[in-house]
Amino acid sequence: MSIWIYIAVMAVVTYLIRVLPFAFFRKKIESKFIKSFLFYVPYAVLSAMTIPAIFYSTGNIITAVAGTAVALVLAYFDLPLIVVALAASGAAFICGLFIPM
Amino acid sequence: MKKEFTRGIVAGIPIGLGYLSVSFGFGIMAAGAGLSVFEAFMISLTNLTSAGQAQGVSIIAAGGTLLEMALVQLIINIRYALMAISLSQKLDKSFTLPKRIIAAYGITDEIFAVCSTVKGTLKPYFMYGVTIISALGWVTGTFLGAAAGEILPSSVTAALGLVLYGMFLAIIVPPARKEKSILIVVLTAAALSCVCKYLVPSLSGGFAVIMCALVASAVGALFFPREEGEDE
Repeated sequence: MSIWIYIAVMAVVTYLIRVLPFAFFRKKIESKFIKSFLFYVPYAVLSAMTIPAIFYSTGNIITAVAGTAVALVLAYFDLPLIVVALAASGAAFICGLFIPM
Repeated sequence: MKKEFTRGIVAGIPIGLGYLSVSFGFGIMAAGAGLSVFEAFMISLTNLTSAGQAQGVSIIAAGGTLLEMALVQLIINIRYALMAISLSQKLDKSFTLPKRIIAAYGITDEIFAVCSTVKGTLKPYFMYGVTIISALGWVTGTFLGAAAGEILPSSVTAALGLVLYGMFLAIIVPPARKEKSILIVVLTAAALSCVCKYLVPSLSGGFAVIMCALVASAVGALFFPREEGEDE
């Protein structure tokens, strides 16, 4: 079977999942529970995606923990996203230089 | 309009950089599965999602059926529908149907995170900006990974793996510090996620994230309902 048919199926299914609710869901939700629920969803999603995956993100748990610690401290002081993200990565890189492979 | 677009680009730079490193890995993987550089590039351009693409490539490599492909994409990516509904609640009036149809392309975990935590309403050109810079990183990384995966030293690619997660922490930590309710939701989700990872390792990553997020958000909504106007 042509790879392009697979790619088309992947693309169409993925796009429909996004576009149907985004384009046609027009109701303002009134339920306090659902509104509160939707308010918390992004924080919950990001937290579940990050922990514990972040500790495995560099292939070495020590460099990952170092990067995580730097990210937590800088994020705590409300630094911009890009600063936190790059500093975390930089810390993991520097830490990695001191670890024999 | 132009200002919104620029703000979106700036807000999306960490996503673009993170995607660059993550999709680099996807490019290597796709090339390893026998796909051409152009095919890998097109998958990334048309799908703009990580877990779904990785699973999709392994189905292609294994010669799976189209039904399997469609179902797997549906299950892995169904979280985007939830995010789309969540975003639909904060769209600006200028977000007309054609603009929604265009912007829907950009609903990913990271773009959702940035768009859903902006102050006030979400404007189309802001979302376009975030999406374009993110997608640019995603397709560029895929291209480079598929074409030249082995060139970068592993110490650099390994450290780049942290970029996206660092950004996630930068999004969730400040509000969690200010509001106890958000802190509790964040900690609940993290704890559940660890339970899934270590006690139920057979659960797929995408599915685990959905379950953890649903339960943690429900806990938040149940014990800490938001007051009217609190989220503006």
